[in-house]
Amino acid sequence: MSDLQMTDVVPLVPRARTGVGHVAPLLPLEVSGLRLDVGGAALLDGVDLTLAPGGCTVIMGPNGAGKSILLKLLHGLLAPSSGSVSWNALPATQATARQALVFQKPVLLRRSVAANMDFVLKARGADRGRRDALLEDVGLAHKARQPARLLSGGEAQRLALARALATDPEVLFLDEPTASLDPASVLVIERIVGEACARGTRIVFVTHDIGQARRIADEVVFLHRGRVAEHSRATDFFPEPRSQAARDYLAGKIIV
Amino acid sequence: MQSIGEAFRLAFTLVVTGEADLYEIVALSLQVSLSATLLACLVGLPIGALVAVSRFRGRGLVLVVMNALMGLPPVVVGLLVYLYLSRSGPLGFLGLLYTPGAMILAQTILIVPIVAALSRQVLEDLHAEYAEQFRSLCLSRWQSVTTLLWDGRYALLTVGLAGFGRAVAEVGAVIIVGGNIDHATRVMTTAIALETSKGDLPLALALGIVLLVLALGVNAGVQSLRMSAARHAMVGASHV
Repeated sequence: MSDLQMTDVVPLVPRARTGVGHVAPLLPLEVSGLRLDVGGAALLDGVDLTLAPGGCTVIMGPNGAGKSILLKLLHGLLAPSSGSVSWNALPATQATARQALVFQKPVLLRRSVAANMDFVLKARGADRGRRDALLEDVGLAHKARQPARLLSGGEAQRLALARALATDPEVLFLDEPTASLDPASVLVIERIVGEACARGTRIVFVTHDIGQARRIADEVVFLHRGRVAEHSRATDFFPEPRSQAARDYLAGKIIV
Repeated sequence: MQSIGEAFRLAFTLVVTGEADLYEIVALSLQVSLSATLLACLVGLPIGALVAVSRFRGRGLVLVVMNALMGLPPVVVGLLVYLYLSRSGPLGFLGLLYTPGAMILAQTILIVPIVAALSRQVLEDLHAEYAEQFRSLCLSRWQSVTTLLWDGRYALLTVGLAGFGRAVAEVGAVIIVGGNIDHATRVMTTAIALETSKGDLPLALALGIVLLVLALGVNAGVQSLRMSAARHAMVGASHV
């Protein structure tokens, strides 16, 4: 989505947001020694990570590596056992309110497509006049009055994405949003996410799909056994991964 | 067995001949029980929803108490309401004793725990599905509660029906606070109790049959409303 200059902190495209005035920026994100223990098992085991403003970070790794857990910890849905998540030193609740998360399985209210949009716009005090434009953008304007729970998988995910974007998030987390979708739906999702990224929304995208990661990633965080095995620019990661786990993963070998 | 057959004939006759007394009793039964159900829903549903979305110390105990209160003995409730509404009681100035208002109050107290406990279970299941989305959107507790109540409205109709069923079939509380006064506080169940005590079993059975048909009719009406609304909205069938 953008070309990168790699330093300690990967500098990406600055967010071109207008009207934020004096509001302190959400990024950079500093994650330090993040750990989550559940039932005596470490689901995350000391994650250190820094995210700079702008661009798209793809989080990859085998099942059980802790990708979704990491996303929820970053978004404030889970509390870590130890370690810290710091969004430019802002309070956690303030940071969560300026982010959005699209779940792998879209959580849609038992209402119409339009009412699902209205709900979020109203909850966030946003302009409800944006609803139609957002639905148009994700190709669901013609289904605005249909019950949301009758949408196909791809449509439901597009609605979830439109709903997330309706909050005008500074950071958009996506947890395998295209898993089990057909290629056309995948491309639509990628286009919408790409456009949001181009507008300056920071994207953090979890995927298992190596091809997709190649298409959208500016940088890659590779998780293995609850740790960051590698954090590199996409242009470095795919041709020449530094860690053995990432090399095996990209080669299609089974890693646990 | 002879009296059962006679009871059916009598019930049919009572309904077909348009017995005025019967219709008065039926109307009062519906008025009291539907009013109590409505009041209990207004109180019990928010309580159920609030408990469904809240996590606090002692929540397990609250759930045990809520569930236990579903089995409140009607005569005990009737007695307590009687004590409060009697002339020397704290609410005696209201002059509600031996009025339909007292019967509504007693039935409301009886079914609030049913509505609260059952709605808590229904809404907790729904909340399990929505919780992360709600937290992601930073919804307040009140926003979460109102959203759950709206999205769970079809399932909650069943909860309301359960409350109505308990209210309309209840006799212990209404006979104590209503007094079974003819043309004033006589409802189906108290009339059945009276006819039984008088030994007029066929009439008591006939009234019982009418009561059953009445409850069946209300349930069927609400069920068909719920199903047609659910079909129209095509909301998640698992929660309908």
